[in-house]
Amino acid sequence: MKPIIYTALFLNKICAQLRVPQVCTRPPIETELARGSLLVGASPSDVESIQRESIFWIPYCYIICSMFFRPFLSMRLFKNIRSDLRALLLAMLTVFFVSPSSAQFRVEVSGVGLTQLPIAVSAFRGEDGASQKIAAIVQADLERSGQFRGVDTAGAALDEVTRPDMAVWRQRGADSLALGSVTRLVDGRYDVRFRLWDVVRGQDLGGQSYAVIQADLRLAAHRIADFIYEKLTGDKGAFSTRIAYVTKVAQRYQLWVADADGENAQSAFTSPEPIISPAWSPNGSQLAYVSFESRKPVVYTHDVATGKRRLIANFRGSNSAPAWSPDGRTLAVTLSRDGGSQLYAIDAGGGEPRRLAQSSSIDTEPVYTPDGKSIYFVSDRGGAPQIYKMPSMGGNVERVTFAGSYNISPAISPDGRWLAYISRVSGAFKLHIMELASGAVNAITDTSADESPSFAPNSRLIVYATQQQGREALMTTTLDGKLKARLAGQNGNIREPDWAPFQKQ
Amino acid sequence: MKHLLLAIGAAVLMAGCSSAVKLDSVPVEDKAGTTISQEGAEGLGRAVGKGGVSSVDLDKSAQQAAILAGPRIVYFDYDSFVIKHEFQSIIETHARYIKADKGRKVAIEGHTDERGGREYNLALGQKRAEAVRSALGLLGVVDSQVEAVSFGKEKPAAQGTDEDAMAKNRRAEISYR
Repeated sequence: MKPIIYTALFLNKICAQLRVPQVCTRPPIETELARGSLLVGASPSDVESIQRESIFWIPYCYIICSMFFRPFLSMRLFKNIRSDLRALLLAMLTVFFVSPSSAQFRVEVSGVGLTQLPIAVSAFRGEDGASQKIAAIVQADLERSGQFRGVDTAGAALDEVTRPDMAVWRQRGADSLALGSVTRLVDGRYDVRFRLWDVVRGQDLGGQSYAVIQADLRLAAHRIADFIYEKLTGDKGAFSTRIAYVTKVAQRYQLWVADADGENAQSAFTSPEPIISPAWSPNGSQLAYVSFESRKPVVYTHDVATGKRRLIANFRGSNSAPAWSPDGRTLAVTLSRDGGSQLYAIDAGGGEPRRLAQSSSIDTEPVYTPDGKSIYFVSDRGGAPQIYKMPSMGGNVERVTFAGSYNISPAISPDGRWLAYISRVSGAFKLHIMELASGAVNAITDTSADESPSFAPNSRLIVYATQQQGREALMTTTLDGKLKARLAGQNGNIREPDWAPFQKQ
Repeated sequence: MKHLLLAIGAAVLMAGCSSAVKLDSVPVEDKAGTTISQEGAEGLGRAVGKGGVSSVDLDKSAQQAAILAGPRIVYFDYDSFVIKHEFQSIIETHARYIKADKGRKVAIEGHTDERGGREYNLALGQKRAEAVRSALGLLGVVDSQVEAVSFGKEKPAAQGTDEDAMAKNRRAEISYR
């Protein structure tokens, strides 16, 4: 127990040094977990070996913590000192795994942080004259990631060329500060510039400028959020990506493409009959979906830029559940043309389907793994719907989910580490997340009609459909479920979200 | 209502434009009613009687109208694809009708209640549609005349989350195309 207490006390001291008051007021153990959870990067195999070697590690954790006290202080730059931090993390994990009360924190330690970096995003000079409030968009993006907490910037009148008084911002509790400006150019476009500061070290972390038309001001803001996110967390930001979803208003179904924050939605397709299961192609140029416009489910692909549609699967019976292979050449689909709902692969340009599996049960909702080698899918071959896995060309089928009697709608994170799916728990349909390496499962929502999870391209957030107060809503959640946000935009029935991949800029 | 109008329209077409059967005298069965195998014939007699025309051909056309306007929905229990005995007569009636003309095309549209995922429900609805198709097949209907498709939970017949509404939504509709 002694090393645990030492480490806890010691880390609390570190927090005090870091001037993170809300963290310091928590009990010491939780504080250390909170700080530890920031240090993303322990792979499941690390966790295993730590569990094995924990006896060996315990006596050293205090020493290791002392050794890495300095790097820890500057962890906002942890990209540069990742290996040092990793060592620190190992030490801390050791403490967690010998403490029986620590189980609930494991996922955080290996996943998304509980700690939020305090960042001040000051109103951009000149943004009052523009149609979009850049700073507010940047701050909302960062907060939605669960990794940041906005710090009040009232009264500040600064821009990217100002050298800020760090003491003032330290006083306000900010670790970082983003300053910028929006200037209208003679050609009618806007020049958006910003600079990011490390307030603790008084360091310039770089800046960028974007010349954009008015319609792209939001995009510029999302790009700024991406820059800041990557600088401060080491992970690529996904704020400038897009989300597709479907709305139903009266008897009108509409497929939309919107920014990742739900704003700036543009209609891609409208139909008097249902539209379901939109799926982005790996290069983000096309959507595959199921349309009932011919009074039966038929699979189309739709070029988002040109609006050109192509009929992919219109075979006898039902055609549904399109999923793109990672190389974009093949679509896995569910067809009933030979009886029953069965899995087939079909060329992305159309053509003759190739059967992937043969069963006397329902097989549907295929998704490729990011390496393209396997397909996860739903089958009721065991008597109730469960998630299974097989080689992407067909072959041996392996069961993946075991808990519960209704597990559907698998989504694999782009980094290949996580499986999100919907599980029925006492009559409620809840978003679950499984760490594939360990098989550990967590329910991460308190709603009861969750549907259609889809990962952000950086694997850090999930978008899903649910119902709140009897109304359909789209939500994003961090993988630990600690921070959720309702996407802005459409009112009424909104469902079937799919998060687009990164696009080349 | 749309189906009813379509059915009536179809009946008129099939009876030929010179038919003396008036639109409003075409017998209309209550959709929620019982089987039409006997009652349909009975109602038909009345209709013809009212029209004052007695003709074998007309009988046939009116019978078609009765079938098209009659019950054509099979309801299922929760999580079930078994056709209950009470719906067997509907299937027999339609089997006879489909077999009578090899040119007839029919779609069996499977539906589910609102619980659960959209794609999985689509597959469940497909199972219901295929159950009705096989039942027709057992009665000698040629497979090529029947297409089993599914709408999953996308097209509920009744709104609401109570068991009453959900029971109305777990269904397969026989739809002539």
